[in-house]
This record gives sequence, structure tokens and C-alpha cells, in this order.
Amino acid sequence: MLIIDCPNCGPRPETEFGYGGQAHVAYPADPHALTDEEWAQYLFYRDNPKGSYAERWVHSAGCRKWFNAVRDTRTYEISHVYRQGDPRPDLSKGA
Amino acid sequence: MADSTLTIDPPQEQVGDTTGSAESGSRGIGRAAVLAHRRSPAHDLVEEMEQGSGERVRLRELPFLSQLAVRAASAGRSSAAVAGALGVALPSRVGEVTGATDGSGVAVLWLSPDEVLAVGQDEGRSGLSPDVWSADVAQALASEPGQVVDVSANRTTLELSGPCALQVLQKSCELDLHPRVFPVGAAVATLLGSTGVILWRTGEQSWRVMPRASFATHVVRWLLDGMREFR
Repeated sequence: MLIIDCPNCGPRPETEFGYGGQAHVAYPADPHALTDEEWAQYLFYRDNPKGSYAERWVHSAGCRKWFNAVRDTRTYEISHVYRQGDPRPDLSKGA
Repeated sequence: MADSTLTIDPPQEQVGDTTGSAESGSRGIGRAAVLAHRRSPAHDLVEEMEQGSGERVRLRELPFLSQLAVRAASAGRSSAAVAGALGVALPSRVGEVTGATDGSGVAVLWLSPDEVLAVGQDEGRSGLSPDVWSADVAQALASEPGQVVDVSANRTTLELSGPCALQVLQKSCELDLHPRVFPVGAAVATLLGSTGVILWRTGEQSWRVMPRASFATHVVRWLLDGMREFR
């Protein structure tokens, strides 16, 4: 069981949260201008890193707000939690 | 209120002073008669709850508490307007309850940074209809951004009390419920088993569990099961 630190509610068990996939995937400025391949890239293709991964989570059983978290896909350690709309933290400085 | 299927006799008794105003009267159906026909989500479990309760832990429903869902950005003019109309300052952080934190009057529970739940007394006791209450608070909001909705039927309130109430809750709630972390007068939205509830500590040995109305039967039986060893 992961303990996830909700930016609004503090540490809560993983079962209170929903997962929203990769963070910082921007909606295309003009979807109609995309080729089918580019559209498919936007819709279906996500990074699959071994290491730090910025993800979206929602605290569905608590404050019901979305936020972003950086999780290490090898260790499940969540190094950063930040609000929706904030930039991805600079990971080069270390957790 | 204006339900044409209601075919009940006008009542003799009146409840409070503010009843019988705009929403009754004209149809000949008094508010008290409407209130008398309410059925709370756990009303058919009253006996089971009595049988399952004992010296060490007791469970009962506190039906029909008035509840307003308020959306207003915290620390803004909207929340100040709402606080003025409720007569209670709004809570600003997780777990915080303002007003009557023991549930004896109007209390306001923090749910999220821009959402709070105001909980008042049952209309049958206070005489204040939740639609009138919500309209008053919404009016105070005026043109400020925000929302006030009567959600009294959304959740019901169960009261779990007694020296072993904490142990019953600890079986199915993963939060730290120790008084150091979860003091009297705190409330959070969390999971009880797999059911979303608002958990509110109204006293050292008394808790309110507020599930959605449709989960009431499940949560009552779930708690009764947890209470069996303490009966």
C-alpha cells in the first residue's frame, strides 16, 4: 500500500486515490491540424520510463482534487507532489 | 414540496415558526405533514442498531440533518459572504470544523480547498427548512462566484459512540484516529472499508459517520458487524 501525500489533505492511503496517467500531456492547440499519426501519438502514446515519472492523481475519496506526483517506477517512491498547473519539478537536483 | 402525488390531510400541528410559508399553505399540505412522511435511509434498521448496541459501543442514526454544499474559494469575498450568512467562519484546512464542532448547532466541515459542508439541525427540530436556509445563504453570495446547494438528502448521519467506538472504526478506517492526530472536533472525508464517508469526531468517545444515503444500509451493517465483539 502506497501512502500518497495529497497537497490538500496530507498523507492518505493509496486506496483513496485514482490514477490519471502521465502528467503534462498538453492538449494540442489545433487538433484539426494534426495528422492521424500525430493525433494517435497524443491520444495513445505515453512515456514508459524506468525511473522518475510525473503522473496525475486524484484524491477521489477526500478533497476530490487532481494533482501531480513524481513517482519512481522502480521503487514506487513518490519524490514530489505538486499542484495541478505547477511546472514539473527539476529532478536533476535530486529528490 | 409541490408534489401533486401527496394526498395527505392538512395537519393540526405546526413545527416551529418558519414553516407553512411559501412552499406549503396554498396546496393545503402543511410542512409538518410533509416532515411526518419522511423516511430516513436507515429507518428500517433502527431495531438492528438497538440490538447491536451495548454498554461499550452504540450505533444510531441522526436522521434528516440539514446539509448545504458550499463552493467558494477560501479566504475570498465569496467565503466571507457565506460565513456571514451562516454565522460561522469557514474552515480553511483539512480536518477543520468550525461552529458547533460537537454537532449541537450549525457546524461547517472542510471538504476541499474550495468546498465546505454546512451541517445544521433537522428541520423538524429547528423549524428551518434546508431549502430556505440554502436560499438565504445563496442570496448572501449575491454576485460573488460560488455555489450553495441543499444536499440534505445526499448523506445520512450515523452516530457511533462509547468507549470502544474508536476500536470499531479502527478496524475499517486506515487513517490514524489517535486523538493526537484526529482530535475532538475534527472531520475528514475518507474511506470506511471501501465506502466513502465523512468521519467527524464530535466527542472523546463519539463519532459521526456520514455515508451517502444509498450506502446507509451497507455502512450500518458493516459497523454492526464490527461492533459484535464489543456488545
